[in-house]
Amino acid sequence: MTAEDWQIVVFTLGVSGLGTLLILPPGMGLAWLLARRDWPGKALVETLVALPLVLPPVATGLILLRLLGRRGPLGGLVERWLGVEIVFTWRAVVIATAVMSFPLFVRAARVAFEEVPVRLEQVARTLGRTRAQVFLSITLPLAARGLLAGAVLAFARALGEFGATVMVAGNIPGKTATLSLSIYGLVQLGQDGAALRLLAVSIVIAAASLWIAEFWLRRRTGPGLIP
Amino acid sequence: MSSTLRLSGLRAPLAPFALEVSADLRAGVTALFGPSGSGKTTLLEIVAGLRRPTEGSVRLGERMLVDTAAHVWVPPERRRIGYVPQDGALFPHLSIRANVLYGSRSARRGGEASGAVPAAFSFESVVETLELGPLLDRPEIASLSGGERQRVALARALLTGPELLLLDEPLAGLDAALKARVLPYLARVRDEFAVPIIFVSHHPAEVVALCDEVLVLEAGRVLAQGAVAELFEPATEPSYVLRPSAPLSGPARMI
Repeated sequence: MTAEDWQIVVFTLGVSGLGTLLILPPGMGLAWLLARRDWPGKALVETLVALPLVLPPVATGLILLRLLGRRGPLGGLVERWLGVEIVFTWRAVVIATAVMSFPLFVRAARVAFEEVPVRLEQVARTLGRTRAQVFLSITLPLAARGLLAGAVLAFARALGEFGATVMVAGNIPGKTATLSLSIYGLVQLGQDGAALRLLAVSIVIAAASLWIAEFWLRRRTGPGLIP
Repeated sequence: MSSTLRLSGLRAPLAPFALEVSADLRAGVTALFGPSGSGKTTLLEIVAGLRRPTEGSVRLGERMLVDTAAHVWVPPERRRIGYVPQDGALFPHLSIRANVLYGSRSARRGGEASGAVPAAFSFESVVETLELGPLLDRPEIASLSGGERQRVALARALLTGPELLLLDEPLAGLDAALKARVLPYLARVRDEFAVPIIFVSHHPAEVVALCDEVLVLEAGRVLAQGAVAELFEPATEPSYVLRPSAPLSGPARMI
């Protein structure tokens, strides 16, 4: 493993982890609203959120590029207000991975919330707890397993993200190149040895995250991710 | 006691008919009696604040809990009404002790509830009345029998110091032997704690054993209301049937 290899690994783990952390709060909020409430526009929001799941990743990447570019509606605002550039920086990698994993997490979280019996939440209310207290003391712990599984799924999706990332962040060595992007780039350059090294690292990371998730899920009894 | 529960002009959709109830339930143990699907649980949920009526009001003693006309709505956590559903609805991720203490106002500071808990509802007295001592330190909810679950659920509700206790068919899931063992606990709760109880059942024998008054519901309407002895007569023991002479259309009792 060269210093460059390490940089790529740390960078990939960092952006994937950050992307996953970023989607947890809004993902849980949205999943709860989808699981427990009826509201106008629900179907539309459901479709919008699921879009990155069915759209070609490159297409999602193009949408992000248009939105976040210096002349895009969002990118322009951010640059004017914060003086921060998004496209072709590590920030774009984080946003691309977050957007791509968001639907996976929301789906898992929604199912997790739906599986918590409403009865238990209702009884908790009659026992003197507010809605927020019930969410923290009943809903969240009972959904924890499913939420964790969803987060692992999101993290894994983020690790392997390619299409959207390459569109919006490019493949700049030392700046935006993740594991997947680097493997592709190295093969393009004919540096198969280096590509294989990164492949081995990818396998180790994937196996390790699966194993850690499995360990956590089993501790909470019941079947894990691996059937 | 001033804790009459006054239900006025309550209406709620209830397939395939509508719930329409007006009644005064005085303190003591009142049975909500009727076949399944007659609206008993719906009515209980409205009183507990888990469901909004489309019309009508609920008043407990001096407190207005719901009044659709005046836009009054007290959320369930501020009603001080204990609710024990059919299966007990224990929290599976909490220990038995944590379940019992979940709503205990003395166990946690602040909270939404106002007012002190009457001394009668102390942890010690509740645990003693329901003989929960040996159960408290068992590790898991899963190790409890159906009757034990009901006792834990009852204790949990009592520790909130409720002004009214709603029991939704607490004996429904139990076999005859277990019923016979849980019934005395319900009687002890009735006798030890000065809390009015509404007891949902479709078994006359339970109603006769436990209750003072009966409100008979059918297809969402009040069919009759009166003292237990007025409405039930002994049939082939140990069962009871509604008296043919029961005031099924007592003028003030129908809507």
